[in-house]
Amino acid sequence: MRPTNERGVLVIGASQAGVQLASSLREQGLDDPITVVGAEAHPPYQRPPLSKALLQGDLPTGSLVFRSPQFYAEQRIDLVLDQRITSVERRPDGSGVAVSSSGRRFPFTRLALTVGARPRRLDVPGADLAGVRYLRDTDDALALREDLTRADRVVIVGGGFIGLEVAASVRRLGKDVTVVLADDRLMGRAVGEPISEFFRRAHERRGCTLHFSVGVAAVTDDGNGRATGLDLTDGTHVPADLVVVGIGAVPRTELAEHLGLRVDNGIVVDEHGLTSDGTTVAAGDCVNCPTPVAGASPRMRFESVNTAVEQAKVAAATLAGKRLPYRTPPWFWSDQFDLKLQVAGLSQGCDQQVVRGDPGTERFSVLYYRGDTLAAAECVNSPLDFMAVRAALAAGSTVPAALAADPGTPLRTSTRPSSTGAPAPRTHGQDVLA
Amino acid sequence: MPTIRYTSADGDVREISATTGDSVMQTAVRNGVAGIVGECGGVLSCATCHVFVDAGDADRLPPVGELEDEMLDGTADDRRPTSRLSCQLVVSDELGDLHVTLPEAQE
Ligand SMILES: Cc1cc2nc3c(=O)[nH]c(=O)nc-3n(C[C@H](O)[C@H](O)[C@H](O)COP(=O)(O)OP(=O)(O)OC[C@H]3O[C@@H](n4cnc5c(N)ncnc54)[C@H](O)[C@@H]3O)c2cc1C
Ligand code: FES
Repeated sequence: MRPTNERGVLVIGASQAGVQLASSLREQGLDDPITVVGAEAHPPYQRPPLSKALLQGDLPTGSLVFRSPQFYAEQRIDLVLDQRITSVERRPDGSGVAVSSSGRRFPFTRLALTVGARPRRLDVPGADLAGVRYLRDTDDALALREDLTRADRVVIVGGGFIGLEVAASVRRLGKDVTVVLADDRLMGRAVGEPISEFFRRAHERRGCTLHFSVGVAAVTDDGNGRATGLDLTDGTHVPADLVVVGIGAVPRTELAEHLGLRVDNGIVVDEHGLTSDGTTVAAGDCVNCPTPVAGASPRMRFESVNTAVEQAKVAAATLAGKRLPYRTPPWFWSDQFDLKLQVAGLSQGCDQQVVRGDPGTERFSVLYYRGDTLAAAECVNSPLDFMAVRAALAAGSTVPAALAADPGTPLRTSTRPSSTGAPAPRTHGQDVLA
Repeated sequence: MPTIRYTSADGDVREISATTGDSVMQTAVRNGVAGIVGECGGVLSCATCHVFVDAGDADRLPPVGELEDEMLDGTADDRRPTSRLSCQLVVSDELGDLHVTLPEAQE
């Protein structure tokens, strides 16, 4: 039975997952009130351009918004900005009231958490100095863009997607760029060896300096509270006018913890987006969910637009009383200089890899196999390969490795039905991107 | 302001007066036109913004780019002679009104 003070669905977090969840609820036919509340003052927008086009200066922030004000009005989605929810009271039937830091109350019958992630902080002396920047939201990107107008030497901590995209954007602006990372290869958590190696050379060819396998000991200062560079753990000093930290993101789990939900490197959800209380749903960068494909590690926290969108659709279906398990093979892209990286599927646990084409031409793909079944592809400037693999994975087909190795044979016409591997046992979660 | 007319695969029509400078994809997504997803936001990474441009409008459009051409070869619904990725079509007064038909599937 529905409680009498029917207040509908409250979505906390107004970004990729939150907006998709609310839109999908209407598409699924839910008629109840929907409120989406977000901490940022900007109407919901895409994040990917923040480290790419926006930083390079050729993009006004207004062009990033997902939906027009008329859309929210027509769909009867009440979008409330600039309100950070700090506490939630919930009754056993799943309904309750969320309260923002300014004291505004948001009653609900059902709750969705799409609170995303925050940048992991650099924890060394000097990390709080002016001139040390992170990049997660529009305000960060605008501040960084402003700082870049006064900086000639930029050092980036971290060799993952954000770090490398920033490196490419800043290098394109003609600055001196140094990237330092603890790992011995680039984007190590997300891509295989051949792609890491390719991007190492590509960044070096374009004038970036890379320091591998080294930590940051301290950010040095000019005596007036401004950063002047980094002291590295191997004793090197890297001078810089600006330090950008991109060492991964941490899921925002504080509200879930406060609600007593199960949390383990993200809010733990099942394949229907349901949290451990059986009524609240969650989606996007904040969740740790069952991996949607067989054979990879059983749970994952995957930070990409596609995962946020697909998980949000699944969570919306659950709230609308439908059952739509999350089974879409994940994919994402990264643009660095003129290099487009597109990745489909999950390469963990693969025992065979096929390099298709010549990395020297800056146009090639790496395909990954579990047994004889295609599991993933990492494609550089090869959208046709990417599209073919994405479609094959979604359809549960494979491409024989021998055919895939010949770049002259189109993958699309080489797909075959695959014998599906047995799903691996479920254990702990694992970060795939960050 | 130019008007973009979107006809769904089932024949439903939505007419939207578009903001110049926005793409045909952005105009659709911001206004909730079902059938255009635009997951990558317009950077030629997803091909979920595939449209068939009206034959009468096709010759006024900018030529198909190299990446766009490759992505079009892999779209969920097979490519036709007037296929475009709508994120590559920027609304302008010179280009004027456009009519596009949506494929049955984008993903
Ligand atoms: C710079 C950058 C570049 C990227 N590039 C790519 C790319 O090229 N390709 C790709 O696939 N992915 C990319 N991503 C990843 C992608 O943007 C994320 O996976 C996606 O934004 C996740 O969406 P989300 O809604 O789960 O979380 P988020 O986008 O993090 O949104 C969460 C929202 O919730 C709000 N919030 C949090 N707590 C509260 C609270 N208590 N009360 C109210 N509001 C709250 C936050 O303010 C935030 O707006 C990029 C991310 C960044 C930061
Ligand atoms: S919106 Fe992704 S290719 Fe057009």
